[in-house]
Amino acid sequence: MSDVAISLRGVHKSFGRTQIIRGVDLDIPRGQRHAMIGPNGAGKTTLFNLISGRFSLTSGTIALNGRSIDGLAPHEINRLGLSRSFQITSIFPRLTVFENIRCGLLWARGYRYSFWHLLGGQRALNEEADRLIEQLNLQDRRNVPAGLLSYAEQRALEVGITVAGGAEIVLLDEPTAGMSHSETEYAVALIRAVTEGKTLLIVEHDMSVVFGLADVITVLVYGEVIASDVPARIRGDKAVQEAYLGTEAA
Amino acid sequence: MEVFLVSLLNGLVYGMLLFMLASGLTLILSMMGVLNFAHASAYMLGAYFAFTISQYIGFWPALVLAPLLCGAIGAAIEMYGLRRVHRNGHIAELLFTFGLALIIEKVVQMTWGLIPVPYRIPAGLDFPLFTVYGTQFPAYRAFMLLISALMFGAIWLGLTRTRIGLVIQAALHHPEMVGALGHNVPRVFTTVFAAGTALAGLAGVIGGNYHVTEPAMAFTMGPIVFVVVVFGGLGSLTGCFIASLLMGLIQTFAVVLDYSVADLLKWFGLTVTSATPFHEVLTVPLPRIGALLPYVLLVLILVFKPRGLMGTRDT
Amino acid sequence: MSADATQRAPQGRTLVAAPGSAGLARRAWPWLVAIVAALLLPWLFFDWSTRRHSGFALTMLSEIGLMAIFALSFNMQMGQAGLLSFGHAILFGLGGYCAAHTMNAIKAGAMWLPVELVPLVGGLGGLLFGVLFGYVATKQRATAFAMITMGLGELVAACALMFMGFFGGEGGISTDRVTGTSLFGVSYSSSWQVYCLVVAWTAIAVLLMRLQTQTPLGRMANATRDNFERAQFVGYDPRMVRFCQFALSGFFAGIGGGLYAIVYEIVTFDTVAAAKSATALLAAYIGGAGGFFGPFLGTIVVVLLQSGVSLLSNAWLLYVGVLFIIMVMYAPGGLVGIIAQHAPIARAGRLRELIVPYVRILLPGAFSVFGFVLLVELASFTTIGAAQGKAFKIGPHAVDPATAFPWLLGAAALIGGGLWLRLEARGFRARWDALIADAKAKGVML
Repeated sequence: MSDVAISLRGVHKSFGRTQIIRGVDLDIPRGQRHAMIGPNGAGKTTLFNLISGRFSLTSGTIALNGRSIDGLAPHEINRLGLSRSFQITSIFPRLTVFENIRCGLLWARGYRYSFWHLLGGQRALNEEADRLIEQLNLQDRRNVPAGLLSYAEQRALEVGITVAGGAEIVLLDEPTAGMSHSETEYAVALIRAVTEGKTLLIVEHDMSVVFGLADVITVLVYGEVIASDVPARIRGDKAVQEAYLGTEAA
Repeated sequence: MEVFLVSLLNGLVYGMLLFMLASGLTLILSMMGVLNFAHASAYMLGAYFAFTISQYIGFWPALVLAPLLCGAIGAAIEMYGLRRVHRNGHIAELLFTFGLALIIEKVVQMTWGLIPVPYRIPAGLDFPLFTVYGTQFPAYRAFMLLISALMFGAIWLGLTRTRIGLVIQAALHHPEMVGALGHNVPRVFTTVFAAGTALAGLAGVIGGNYHVTEPAMAFTMGPIVFVVVVFGGLGSLTGCFIASLLMGLIQTFAVVLDYSVADLLKWFGLTVTSATPFHEVLTVPLPRIGALLPYVLLVLILVFKPRGLMGTRDT
Repeated sequence: MSADATQRAPQGRTLVAAPGSAGLARRAWPWLVAIVAALLLPWLFFDWSTRRHSGFALTMLSEIGLMAIFALSFNMQMGQAGLLSFGHAILFGLGGYCAAHTMNAIKAGAMWLPVELVPLVGGLGGLLFGVLFGYVATKQRATAFAMITMGLGELVAACALMFMGFFGGEGGISTDRVTGTSLFGVSYSSSWQVYCLVVAWTAIAVLLMRLQTQTPLGRMANATRDNFERAQFVGYDPRMVRFCQFALSGFFAGIGGGLYAIVYEIVTFDTVAAAKSATALLAAYIGGAGGFFGPFLGTIVVVLLQSGVSLLSNAWLLYVGVLFIIMVMYAPGGLVGIIAQHAPIARAGRLRELIVPYVRILLPGAFSVFGFVLLVELASFTTIGAAQGKAFKIGPHAVDPATAFPWLLGAAALIGGGLWLRLEARGFRARWDALIADAKAKGVML
C-alpha cells in the first residue's frame, strides 16, 4: 500500500480551447490534512472534479494509493476509498436525515443492490447511522426530510454522508461557505473529528479555517501550483501574498 | 432507375415536411428544454383549420390564416400554461404538453368527427407538373417543396440577420447565459414557442391534404418527428435538416424495396424455411416494417450516440 | 438510540420500523381490512333476486386490481426512481402474452402448472423483457430515457400487430383459463372466483412492492432520483440502480399482464400499445407519484372514469385529460399530495374550520363542472353521437342539441361558475394560509 494517498503528475485539463489546469504536480501523503487555496477561477473545484472522476483528464495522471484512476467512473473511484462533498450542497432532499446517512453506509456495509433485505430490521446498520447522526448533532432532525433543514444543518449532513462510508481519502469543497462565525467554528470541529486519521483535501476561502486545520497548504493560481508548503512558510511567501493573500495576512 | 428517381423526389418532399415539423420542435426543445408533445397536435390543428377555412374562404387565405391561428394558440399555451408549470420542472412540462395533446385530439374528434375529413388539394394545384419515366409528379408536391424551402430560407434569414434571431441562436446553445445577459427571456420563449407552433400548423396546412386529415394524425406523426429531433441532435438546425431528409428518404425507400432479411441471407446461400427459428421476423418484407424503422433508429442512436448526428448538448 | 424508533416518511405518514410481533400486528391490520373490504365490495352489487353477481361490477373491480398492480409497477420507475417511461405497457402486455401461451400449453397438455401460478409466469416474462429492454433504456436518464421507452413502446406495439407467431397479429392470442389445474380445485369459470384470485394476487404484489421500497435497492432508487451524483459518491452506480429497478418493475407489470390474460382470456396488441402506457402514467400521476399508494387511488379514479363514464359518454378521455392537466398545473402531488397537505392542519386540530370554505368553493366548482360536462357532451353528441343514432338524454329528459338553449345553459354554468369560483377561491386561500400559519406556529408541520 502506497504512502501517497493522492498523486498528481502533469495534470492538464482544457475545456475546448480554454486551459483550466496547466500542469499540476502534487503528492498528498496518507493521513495529511491538505488545504488548497487560491483566487476564484484558479481551478480548485476543477481539480477536485478531476480527482473524483467527474471530469476526464486532458493529459497527465492521477493515482489514488498508487493506483491510476484514469477512465474510472465516479462510483468506482468512491469504492477505491475516496469520498467528496460538493460546493453546492448535494444531499438527498426528499429522504430524511436518517435515511441520508444510512444511504451513505449501504455500499460500505456490503448491501449492494439487494431488494430482499428489509432495512427496518438491520439493527447494526441503523445503530451505526444513529451514532453518526449524534456525532453530527442532528439527532433532533433525524426524521426531517433533508430538504427542509437549515443551510448549516445541510452542510453538516453533507459532511456526514461524505464520511459515512468510511472512505480513507476525503475531499471537502468549501464546506464552510456561507456560514456564520459560530457555525464555521462548529463545522471545523466536526471536520476535525470525523476525519481523524484520514487523508483530507479541503478547498477553502476562509483563511482562519485553512490555517487552523491544515498540515500543508497548496496555492493554486490560474491552474498552476505556485506554492505548496506548511502554513507558516506559505504565510510569508512573497508570490502567494502577491497573488492571493495580500501583505496583511492574519 | 425510374423507381429510384421517383422515390428520391417523394422522399425529399416528405423529408422537407418532416423538417418543417422537426425544426420547430428542435428549437423549442433546445431552448426551453421542453419536449413538446403537443407539437404534432399543432400540425393536426393546422390541417383542420385549413380545411374549415378552405371551405368558407379558400385555400390561399387558409395558407396564411391557419398557421397564424396555430401560432396564437401556441403563444397562449406558453403564456398561461407552460410558464406556470415551468417551476415544477421539465418532467412536469412534458406531462403538461402530453395532457394537452390528449385533450386536443379529443376536442378535434368532438368538433370535426371521428372519420377523416375531405381536405383536398386545391384545384388550382392539382395537375401533373412533369413526368419522370412515365410517372407523373404532381404540381402540389412541387408546391410543398417550394413552401418548405421558402420557410427554411425565412428561418435561416430570421436567425442570422435579425437581432432576436441572434438571441435565439445564443439561447439554443446556452439558455441560462442569455437570461443572465439581460434579454427578456420569457418573451423570447413565447416567440419561439409561438413560431414553432405556427410552423407546425403550416406543415399541417400543406401536409394535411397530401396525407389524410384525421384525429389520429397527431399521434401517428408525433413519434416520427421526435425521432428526427433526437437523431439530428439538440441545438443544431442543420443536424435537424439532415435527419429530416434522411428519415424521409428511408421511409419512402423502405416502402419501395420489397426485400426481407431472408432475401439477404439467400445471397449468402442460407435458405430460411418455416422451420427456422424467428422465421416470421426473417421473412417480413421491408415495406411492412417501414413504420418500425424510425423507432429502431431512435433506440439505436439514443443508446450509442445520444447527442444525435450533430448535437451540441445533451438532452 | 434503538432501531425501534418511528420514522416519518416525507408525506407525513407514520411508518413503524419495528420488527417485533406487536409491530407486525399493528402494521398488518390495514392490509387485512383492505382485503376483506375488497372481497365484500362486489356484494353491494349482488342481485338478490336472481342470486347472481353483477358481471360488470366484478369485471370492473378485477380491472382495478390488475391495473393497480400495473400503475404501482410504473411508479416503481417514475415516483421511486425518477424514470419517466412512455412504454411501460410493453412489459405488462408481454407478460400477458406469456401467460396466455402458458395457459394454452396447459390446456393442450404440453405442461402442467396450477392456474393460480399463471400470473407468476406473466411476471417472469415481464422480468425477462424488463432485463432486455432495461439494459438498453437505462443507459440514459431523464428525457433521453423517456424517448427510448417511447421508441421501444412503438416498436413492440408494431411487432404485436405484425407477427402471428407470438402475438397473433391483429386478432391477438385467445386463451382459456378453465384449465382444470387449480391448486384448490377451483374451476375459475365464474367471475367471482376470478375476482378472488385477482384480489389475492393484488394483495401479494402490492405488499411485495411496498416492502421493496424499504430495501437497499428501493432506498437507493429514491436517492438516485433525488441526486444521482451524490448516489455515485456513496458508492452506487446510478445506471445499475436504474436497471435493477426497471427490471423489477417489469416483473410486477408482468403479473398484472398475467392477470389480464386470466380475466379477459384474450391478449391483443392494445395491451402493449401507447394508450395502455398512457393509462399507467395518468393513473400514477393523478393519484400521486410521490407516496406509495397514490397510483392505487389514481387507478380507481381512471378505471371508474373509463368503465363508468364511457358507458354514458364518448368523452371520458377528455375528462381524464383535463383532470390530468389540472393536476399537473395545480396539484403536482396528485390526490395523495392534496390529502397530505391537510395533515398539518389536522394535527393542529383545526381541520373542521375548512368545512365551510370547502363548501363555498365546491358549489361554484360543481356548477363549472356541470357546465363543462354539458358543453362537452353536446359537442361530442353533435359530431359523434348523432352519427351513432343515439338520443341525448339527461336522466329522463331528452335534450335537443340543435337548439340554442342547452348550449347557453352550459356556457352560462361554466363561465358563471368559473367567475364565482375565482371569487370564493380568494377567501379559501386566505383561510388556508391562516390555518397553515397556525400549524407552523404550533410546530406540527411535519
